[in-house]
Formats: sequence, structure tokens, C-alpha cells
Amino acid sequence: MDTFIQQLVNGLTLGSVYGLIAIGYTMVYGIIGMINFAHGEVYMISAYLAAISIAVLSFWGVDSFPLIILGTLIFTIVVTGVYGLAIERVAYKPLRNSTRLAPLISAIGISLVLQNYVQISQGARQQGIPTLLEGTLRISVGDGFVMITHTKLFILAAAIIGMLALTFMIKSTRLGRMCRATQQDRKMSQILGINTDRIISYVFVIGASMGALAGVLITLNYGTFDFYAGFIIGIKAFTAAVLGGIGSLPGAMLGGLILGVSEAQFSGMVNADYKDVFSFSLLVLILIFRPQGLLGRPQVTKV
Amino acid sequence: MSDKMKSINLKKVLIDTVMAGLIALIVFGPIVGVVLQGYDFTPRFDRVGWIVGTVMAGRFVLSLFLQTASGHKLMERFDRAGGGVGVKPPGHASIMRWVLPVLILMALVLPFYANKYLLTVVILGLIYVLLGLGLNIVVGLAGLLDLGFVGFYAIGAYGLTLGYEHLGLGFWSMLPLAALLAAFAGMLLGFPVLRMHGDYLAIVTLGFGEIIRLVLTNWVSFTNGPNGMTAPSPTFFGLEFARRAKDGGVPYHEFFGITYNSNMKFIFIYTVLLLIVLAVLYIKHRLTRMPVGRAWEALREDEIACRSMGLNHVLVKLSAFMIGASTAGIAGVFFATYQGFVNPTSFTFFESALILAIVVLGGMGSTVGVVIAAFVLTIAPELLRSFADYRVLMFGILMVLMMIWRPRGLIRINRIGIAPRKGVAP
Repeated sequence: MDTFIQQLVNGLTLGSVYGLIAIGYTMVYGIIGMINFAHGEVYMISAYLAAISIAVLSFWGVDSFPLIILGTLIFTIVVTGVYGLAIERVAYKPLRNSTRLAPLISAIGISLVLQNYVQISQGARQQGIPTLLEGTLRISVGDGFVMITHTKLFILAAAIIGMLALTFMIKSTRLGRMCRATQQDRKMSQILGINTDRIISYVFVIGASMGALAGVLITLNYGTFDFYAGFIIGIKAFTAAVLGGIGSLPGAMLGGLILGVSEAQFSGMVNADYKDVFSFSLLVLILIFRPQGLLGRPQVTKV
Repeated sequence: MSDKMKSINLKKVLIDTVMAGLIALIVFGPIVGVVLQGYDFTPRFDRVGWIVGTVMAGRFVLSLFLQTASGHKLMERFDRAGGGVGVKPPGHASIMRWVLPVLILMALVLPFYANKYLLTVVILGLIYVLLGLGLNIVVGLAGLLDLGFVGFYAIGAYGLTLGYEHLGLGFWSMLPLAALLAAFAGMLLGFPVLRMHGDYLAIVTLGFGEIIRLVLTNWVSFTNGPNGMTAPSPTFFGLEFARRAKDGGVPYHEFFGITYNSNMKFIFIYTVLLLIVLAVLYIKHRLTRMPVGRAWEALREDEIACRSMGLNHVLVKLSAFMIGASTAGIAGVFFATYQGFVNPTSFTFFESALILAIVVLGGMGSTVGVVIAAFVLTIAPELLRSFADYRVLMFGILMVLMMIWRPRGLIRINRIGIAPRKGVAP
């Protein structure tokens, strides 16, 4: 029982982070119908940026946790947002009217470029950050214990705040309305005076920023990462997006939580070596049996 | 329009340059300028300066150039969707009629002059030609993005080693079996997925390739995990290519009464591989002229139109997917026997991306292009060892540039037209 609850907590933490990354996939897919393969790499970049920011801040003598985390979050989210903007501008925008395969292949190219660029400039070795938030909550369950580190609580809280802020932005602001309009019908939105090219750029920036939030949080939890870290997390977050129904924001969050919890339970109860196999098999099975996901609508092709 | 062409708006050029420099500073500044050392860092701001300077200079020149007349011409070329294939007049004699026999002749005499190093490099090149041809059918002709191609390659390679280890099967029996096995895996994976929207295939195959690799790594009792397994050498009608044959076999040099040559194994692999590559080239050439090949290309161009004409899109796509997979399986068998050893690190996603780069650079659907690209991409790293760190970076940049500049590849596909019969109105 205590293992189950322990893995539930681990799964929820991990899942909320998957959900944050999945938002990037789902929003981009919703607006231009393209799988942004480079999104996992954007997450990886944000992990490096977080570590760099923490190193520089502690070099400057900042040592209170709230200040470090606030500075790191702002820095990482802003710079990663610019990454999203630059990637869209360089690799996807020129291909808006190209063949269907072209943006996918271009995305794979960008993904290779980002991996190798980080490897060259930062070295291939594993990097890490010091533990910033000490302390653990111990709750007795039955005859065992469940350990919840304060970092995990912080991650859950930050992820929930991030998701609420995004939901508010999409639902209630002018920019959010324009995003939704562009997603529904790009040509009509253009006619109504929305600069859809700019909205698409904003969507990339928002997706990258959410990925950056996830990158900071997951780095706080695990402490280590390398230039290859984006690949596996990228596929898993995509699985989460598909699970929840690609194109749907609440779906991405729900899919992330479900994937995180089921993966944690699998590695706790069955076999931790095969947890990645489990997630990928889940992806294949969902695509085969319920490609529209939990909250998505079935796709109808129009001529 | 004309005065727009003549006057150069210097202000716009400068704004572009400054914006590009600013973005480059934000993007490259932290990652390039601050190198992590444990929990500490070393500043490398000189590198940031170089990169930002290069980006600004490049943007300045590009911005200036695009405002000149030739720049406008270039932009117009981008706007035109340079699509389709070129059609040559009927009866057009391609230059390939002369080039092809010469190339085949050169390939056949190569083993008599090459040393072992050259031979191994060429064998590796041929393996990638085979992989490129297989993926070219899937991506180039049928328009299905397969990112787990390396999974089928791994099935072939591990098929040989596992078949040898557990069933006692040799190179020759595994060669067709691996092709069948890979095709079967392709069918299992492709049949449910190919019914859906094309982009999903990319991610499902990506997941599939990773599943294969992870299982090969983690199932230690069956595959020996990350330590890998030895693969058998090929035999020539039961004759072995070792100096001393194992348990009861006969080495070729004793049978023929000639002196032992350690290159012989590679010469033999090379010859068999060359024959198979030629066969695959011929089969592919014929397939593109058969109804099924035409259907692949038609389906790639417009799926809805094809379906309304009554094509069974799932079966047509599945045939391309399976043929591609079986080619990869064959390539895997050759890879295993050539290396004499396989382990899961040979089958990472990077390998899939490399094969995709071969297809993309060679031109989707173009056979000659794929052959050239496979050799260039496998031999160039051998020649440019000092640039080895930048290899992946180059591939990535080339893939993006190719998609922007020439999504259909460097070499334009040409096809010979059919002359209308006399007396038939055109």
C-alpha cells in the first residue's frame, strides 16, 4: 500500500511535468497541424539554462531559495521562449506552404542541430545542479512510510500554477482568443484581421516557455541531465499529448498525469528497466485503438 | 515594382541585422558563453562574440542581397512550388546507359585492387546504400515518414546473431529469413497505424525503434544486453573464410589449394552485397514503373483523390512499408556479418536520422541521388576525422536547408514520356 501511494506521488510529480511539455506539442499541433519534434530538445536546452542560471546566481552570492528559483524561472522561461521563436522563424515558417513531410524533416534536422550544438558547447558529460530545497515530509501509511520531498511539493504547486495561468491566458485574454480563433480557422481569422503568422510565433513561444518551466522543475527533482535528455522526455510528453487528445489543452494536462502515474506504478510494481518500453508501447496502443485520445475529437478530413 | 527593385532600403537592412544579432545573443549567449563545470562555470564570452558577429554579418549580407534584383529572382524561385518530375521526350537516351555499365565494371574489379581498409569502408557505404534505398521507397515514393527504420535494421542484425546462437542458422539461411522477419514486423506495426493520419506514423515508428533498442539492451539473458553478441561469418557453399575452420568445416584455401588471404571474407561479403544492391536497384526501378509503384507516388501526392479513385490506401502503403522494412532487414544481416559483432548502440535514433538524411539529401524518390548521398555521408566522415564532432550538426543544418531550398532533393527526377500512337488525337 505504501509503495502504491509513494509511486502515486512520484507519478503525479512526473506527470505534471509531462503535462507541461505536452502543452507545447498540443498547441503547435492544434494551430498548424504539425508534430514539433524539436520540442524535446527545447526542454533539454531549458535544463541547461536552469543549471547555468543557478551557477551564475550562486557565483554572485545569491543564496536564498526563493530568489534563486525566481531568477532562474524568469531567465529560463524568457530565453527558452526566444529559442522557440527563433526555431519557428528559421525552420518552420519558410515551409508553411511546402509539402506535408517538409516541416517534419526540418524539425528532425533542428533537433539534431540543437543536440549537437549543446554537446559541442557544453561537453558530452552529464551536468547537474546542487540540491536547492532540502527537507522531506514523512507520512505514515498503514505500517509503512511515504516520503514526499519538499522539492516534489514545490514541483506540483509550480506546475499547477503554470497550468492555471496558461488556462486563464487562453480562456480570458485577447491573445488567447486570437490563438483559439487561429486554431479553429486560420483563413477566416486572417480575414478578420488577425496576424496569424504572429499568433503562430506566439504559440511557439508559449509552448517553449511551458517546456522551460518543466525543464526547471524536472532538473530540481533529478539534479542531473545531459544533451540527450530531451529525446526520451520528448516522446513521453508527446505520448501524453496523444493520450489526452492532441490539440486539446486540458487533454495534455490530463494525459500527462495519467502517463506519469501509470509509468510510476509500472516501474514500482513490475519492472523499472522496462518503464520506457511501457510508455512507448502505450503510445503505440493509443494510436492504434483511440487515435483521437481521451478528450480529443475524431479527425475528419475535408476536401 | 521596378523602383522597388532598384532602391535599397538600408534602414530595413540595419534593423534586420540588429534584430538578428540580438536574438543570436539571447539564444547563444548563455549556452555558448557559460560552460558548466560541476556546480561552477567558466565564462567563454569570446565564442559568443564570434557567433553573434557571424550571424549579424550573415544577416546583413542576406538582407542586402535579397533587396537586389537577383535576390528578388531567388525569392520568386522559392515561391514557385518546384514540384513533380521532369518529363523527357519519348525515346530520350539517358546518359546513364553509358555510365551504369562503367560503374558496375569498376565496382566488380574494385576488390582486386583495394586494400582491406578501403574494402571495409566501401562495404559500409553499400550497407547504407541498401538502407537508403529501403527508406527511399517508404519516405520518398510512398511519402510515409518512418523514424524507426533502424528497428528493422536491428531485427536483421540480431536475427542473424540470435538465429546462429539459438537455432544454429547461418548467414545464408538468415538472409531471406531476416527479410521476412523484418517485413512481418513492418506489417504488424504498419497495418493498424497506416489507416490513420500520416504524421502519427512518424511518432509510432520512432517509439517502435526505441522499443526494439530498449528490449535488446535490457533482455540480458536472451540478447546479452549492452555487451553484444558475436555474429557468424558467411560461408561459400559450406567453405569457411577463416584460417582454421571450426568444428569440422573446411576453409576455402585448403579446398581450392590456394594461399590464405585474410581479405577474402570481406571480398566475399562485398561481392554478395554488391549483387544484392544491384538486384534491389533493379527491383526498385521496375517497381516504380508498375501499378503499385505508380500508386505509391499518387498516394503521396494526394491521398483523398486516390481513395476516391478506389485505391486501397492501407494495402498500398503497407506494401511500401514492408518492402522498405525487408530491405533494412537484409542490410542488418550484412552489417552483423561484416562487423562480426553486434550490440544495441549501433541502433540508436541517430542511425535512423542518418538514413533519413541520406534519403533527404539524395532527393526523395531519386535512386541515383540516394546512392551518391549514402557514399558521401558514410565516406566523408572517414576523410574528415577532425570534423567528426560537427558531423551531426552539419547533417541537421543540411536537412533544414534542403527542406527550405529543395524539398524534393538535389537531383531532379526525370522520367521518359510515352509517345502517342499515330492516328490518335493528342
